[in-house]
Amino acid sequence: MGVSVPPPGSVGQVELQMASLFTEAEPLVLANGEKLGPVEVAFETYGSLNERRDNAVFILHALTGDAHAAGYHAGDARPGWWDNLIGPGKPLDTDRFFVICANLLGGCQGTTGPSSINPATGTPFGLGFPQLTVADLVEVHRGLLRHLGISRLLAALGGSLGGMQALQWGLSYPEEVANGVVVAASSRLTAQNIAFSAVARRAIMTDPNFLGGDYVSQETNPDVGLAIARMMAHITYLSEDALTEKFGREPHPDSREPGFGIDFAVESYLDHQGQVFLGRFDALSYLYLSRVMDYFDPFSTPTSAALVTQAPVKWLVMSFDTDWRFGTEHSRRIVRRLELAEQPVTFREIQSPWGHDSFLLEVPSYHATLRAFLDRALVEVSQ
Amino acid sequence: MILRPDLTLLAGMIPDGSRVLDLGCGSGALLAHLIANKTCRGAGVEIDPDAVLAAISLGVPVVELDLDTELDHFADHSYDVVVLSRTIQTLKRPREVLQQMARIGDQLIVSVPNFGLLRNRLRLMRGRMPMSRDLPHRWYDTPNLRFTTLVDLEELFASVELRIEQRIVLAPTGLPSRTGQAWPNLFGAAAVYVLRA
Repeated sequence: MGVSVPPPGSVGQVELQMASLFTEAEPLVLANGEKLGPVEVAFETYGSLNERRDNAVFILHALTGDAHAAGYHAGDARPGWWDNLIGPGKPLDTDRFFVICANLLGGCQGTTGPSSINPATGTPFGLGFPQLTVADLVEVHRGLLRHLGISRLLAALGGSLGGMQALQWGLSYPEEVANGVVVAASSRLTAQNIAFSAVARRAIMTDPNFLGGDYVSQETNPDVGLAIARMMAHITYLSEDALTEKFGREPHPDSREPGFGIDFAVESYLDHQGQVFLGRFDALSYLYLSRVMDYFDPFSTPTSAALVTQAPVKWLVMSFDTDWRFGTEHSRRIVRRLELAEQPVTFREIQSPWGHDSFLLEVPSYHATLRAFLDRALVEVSQ
Repeated sequence: MILRPDLTLLAGMIPDGSRVLDLGCGSGALLAHLIANKTCRGAGVEIDPDAVLAAISLGVPVVELDLDTELDHFADHSYDVVVLSRTIQTLKRPREVLQQMARIGDQLIVSVPNFGLLRNRLRLMRGRMPMSRDLPHRWYDTPNLRFTTLVDLEELFASVELRIEQRIVLAPTGLPSRTGQAWPNLFGAAAVYVLRA
């Protein structure tokens, strides 16, 4: 059932839009030198661009996100994934800000990715799709920004992999980003982070239906492997306390005696998360985008931050105290590196019991901080 | 925005264009002034959540952390000036904080209320804990953990090898005091120190 009258604070009904960026003749040149073109991009916008074209905020989504950040698609009962942040009167007040969200390169929700049809061959790219970097994702977002006729963002804002994109954008093109908001992100994954991704990828690639990445043309899907990858990742998105509070050691209602099925409520929950994920996410995108995170290391050279030192961006970096995927130490590293690059940086560690997932939730002090920072950004741009 | 008199004085002691770290920056008034009027850059450090939000609203970069335990965050010699304004008396580990300040910055500016002010001594002689414009809280709800006179404080500076470059003694009005310059520990309600390692 759809929502005929949107609730207060909602942007209401929205539609996914498409843009075709780059061409075969003028392709996107990736960081590794490979070329892609055309690149189809799925995106949504909320609010309106002002006359000075200086109120645009680009929302950068995380590993498994999509372009539908706010409002309702026709017929849907659930709003976009960051609806608690975006809408009239919300911290990203659509009466004042023009909000853009695009599915990222390598994704599977409308933007060109490894399961898209390669225009050169007429078959899916599969594992022939080039390896990507966060910088490549940013290049496509920049292409969309040009397509929309915007030369400078009021803010680039994202959590987790989204925060990495905001960071990369500001470091590489500081003149295009007045403010960078980096939430629950990392500037360099630890061995533990990479280890989790490695197990997820192994689950996918050893699924008999993976077929060396050709599953799309063979009309099958590595369901088991992808669901396991999601189940495991989901554990890392929540804190131990959050899982305890949600499920404790509650038995699953259908469970009668100990066995190897779904005995505990938490097992049922994870199983459900895995199954739902199959309906909306692609295994190859999971491989490619998790690798993008593994290799992200934007401060790797002494000159990494030279551009942004010349043209400072105002930064807001936030972490959550119970996040053990990208905990506070990851954010502190970003802050320290930005400080060494003489950037104006604001940092807060937000208290929230929900772990990494907190960045998607309406944690009051978190939203109050975003509101204060974005309101100030709007004041400064109109000065 | 009108700056408090003691902050105006403090701002005047900071060279144009400095990188400034303001420890216990409150709502960021000093930094906002320095950024707007003296081409300074820098950040505040604050732990009170409402003050952090106020600083963000003023456009002042602010890092939320605990001065007593988390100053390791800042790199060696990463700031020109490190300010500790009316904050040392609230710290659990003032000695360690002063050492951290010397590591982080080149020039340190520390302002402190003086417990040894004559008026405070008289009040104590009458058997009451001092209260004044500079020490406005009752003993049971004060954020101040430490009460020092200027003489005691200068001993602490010496013990961590901080050299006093300049001392401005303030009258209870918050303005520089002439009698205070002659007898600081008796007539200074507060003092601002410029220190260097």
